[in-house]
Amino acid sequence: MNYLEINNVSKTYGTKKVLNDISIKVPQQSIYGLLGPNGAGKTTLIRILNQITMPDSGQVLLNGNPLKPSDIANIGYLPEERGLYKKMKVGEQAVYLAQLKGMDRKDAEKKLRQWFVKFDIASWWDKKVEELSKGMQQKVQFIVTVIHEPKLLIFDEPFSGFDPINVNLLKKEILELRDKGATILFSTHNMASVEELCDNIMLINKGEKILEGSVYDIKQQYKNHSYDVVYKPFEGGEETHQTVNSTNPNDLIREIIEKGEIVSFNEILPSINDIFINLVSSSNK
Amino acid sequence: MKIGIIIQREYLTRVKKRSFILITFLAPIFFAALMFLPALLMLNSEKFDTKKTIAVCDESTLFVGKFKDTDVNTFMYVDNDIATAKNLVREGVYDGVLYIPGTSLTLPVNAEIYSMNQIPMTLSDYINTTMKKVIEHQKLLASGIDPEIVKAANTTIHVQSIRMSEDENVEKKSFGEFEFLLGIALAMVIYFVIFIFGSQVMRGVIEEKTNRIIEVIISSVKPFELMMGKIIGIALVGLTQFLLWGVLTMGIYVAVAQFLPTQEVFSTGTVMTEQITETVQNTDTQEVLTKVFDVIHSINFKAILWCFLFYFIGGYFLYSAMFAAVGSAVDNETDTQQFVTPISMLLIIPMVCSTIIANAPDSSLSLWLSMIPFTSPVAMMLRIPFGVPIWQVVTSVALLFVTFIIFTWLAGKVYRTGILMYGKKVSWKEIIKWIKY
Repeated sequence: MNYLEINNVSKTYGTKKVLNDISIKVPQQSIYGLLGPNGAGKTTLIRILNQITMPDSGQVLLNGNPLKPSDIANIGYLPEERGLYKKMKVGEQAVYLAQLKGMDRKDAEKKLRQWFVKFDIASWWDKKVEELSKGMQQKVQFIVTVIHEPKLLIFDEPFSGFDPINVNLLKKEILELRDKGATILFSTHNMASVEELCDNIMLINKGEKILEGSVYDIKQQYKNHSYDVVYKPFEGGEETHQTVNSTNPNDLIREIIEKGEIVSFNEILPSINDIFINLVSSSNK
Repeated sequence: MKIGIIIQREYLTRVKKRSFILITFLAPIFFAALMFLPALLMLNSEKFDTKKTIAVCDESTLFVGKFKDTDVNTFMYVDNDIATAKNLVREGVYDGVLYIPGTSLTLPVNAEIYSMNQIPMTLSDYINTTMKKVIEHQKLLASGIDPEIVKAANTTIHVQSIRMSEDENVEKKSFGEFEFLLGIALAMVIYFVIFIFGSQVMRGVIEEKTNRIIEVIISSVKPFELMMGKIIGIALVGLTQFLLWGVLTMGIYVAVAQFLPTQEVFSTGTVMTEQITETVQNTDTQEVLTKVFDVIHSINFKAILWCFLFYFIGGYFLYSAMFAAVGSAVDNETDTQQFVTPISMLLIIPMVCSTIIANAPDSSLSLWLSMIPFTSPVAMMLRIPFGVPIWQVVTSVALLFVTFIIFTWLAGKVYRTGILMYGKKVSWKEIIKWIKY
């Protein structure tokens, strides 16, 4: 079942078409990657989901129903450009933001305290935000995004500004949230994390959808049938590495078996990064 | 209601600020000081003067015995010539020497005071008036007029202006100057508070934008709710401050008045008036005072207070909506100038015309400025102490409130687009385009 469905959404600013007939389906409890170069229209699409901007045409369905104002409580959004009130105390501010999402004060405070302990920032509850390091502020922002246990989470470049240790912590949390039932929409330039986390991806460029599918399928679709072969020749000598192109792996193996003893045989799949760069540069031509 | 949560935050973060607490509690002390200090200084001014002994070297001999000793000034009539007297000043025997040269032809109209240190103004004023009286007296005698007749002929005229109304029993005494000053004071206050709290709204909007917290918030609430929450929250901060100022100032006033001998404080008016009337040689202070009190009683302070409240709220909402729109359109405070200047002009116009309005509160200029919503808060404050027909107040307030509703709606449209725009120099043309989105 698809938790989120975007059907033929278009948006124009002035004469510039920012989104052109975009449709996506995000299955429940999956992580969906939204990829695209700067200015592709990702942020606009995300803002439409958050009802910050209205689409000119098209429809957004959440759990099968058209998006409505009360859905705010079902969505958690971590924008790319994010910040906090500098002069406000951390705990107080987190409670305020949770209240704006519709939580009641006591409940918000209780849950926030638990998260603060989990993220190892409990002692910062009464500190002012300006005293926190950038990484700590990011942790607070992440907590505030997920505190009301939304069914749809939207992360726009969630890892920017985090050190590798905290990136891992965050990845772990994101996977855990998905396992608990959340559907996650994830926009990023960080292709390594896309391959690691995403079940499905969509690539948009200049407001147009240019690619969509599961990470596995896409890799299969864009592979160029090359194999990395390592074997020990029968006539003796060193192990030989070879990159070979072939449409039929069985033929290839047969060929190699005659030459020597196979040490390893791997298909070289293109990285999402390569596919991204290829597609974007060819669509820009 | 989410707007309630926003109002609460905007209110509490500002009220808890150290600067708010400081200003709220220090200002009443300052206000109270303003009320008491002039009185205390006036009463005790002579105590601040050092005792002075002045030698009078009067060659004309007209003034012998005319300068009276006071608490601080002693006049010694000396027969020495001026050179010797000046030496005595140098030696410190006298603080100064008053030299009135003798002339055989005319009455002396010039005098010189020699001293090592500057002599107080009050002293030279005293010498001046005393000499004037004596000379005038002499001149009258020389012309064969009995000075007593002149004294008897000296009259002070009071023109009491009384405003009539439809109701025969209601007549309102007016005392121009007092109402004039009250009007100017009220106009200044409303002008400053609209500016101060309006620019707080603007700064708040810019803060949210530069902090980049804005996108997180508007994914939870509508931009309009956020804008209104901020405007209302800051309005409440302002009202809280006024209330505390009022209560604290009254409190301090009452407390201090109890410690001071009441006689002195409340007779201040008499003391001041005496000094004024003395110079115009009019001594019926009592009459003047009664008039002042009459006017104070005839002014409807309750109506003024209500008008102030309405015009503060209306004017503040109108201007802060515009300020919020400006804040949303820029990236930092330095870029606000091009938008703030024209907006402040609207508010400055009635301030520039303030004396004209207060001089002729019923002129057509005054009427128009107090009707146009952008200028009415200030202009009406200038007119209100003189009494304004109720239909005018109602029309003007209604116009103000309608305008502020329209402008808040327009500002909301600008705000909604502006808060998500970064790194773009925005022009007026651009802003008008946003309204049309």
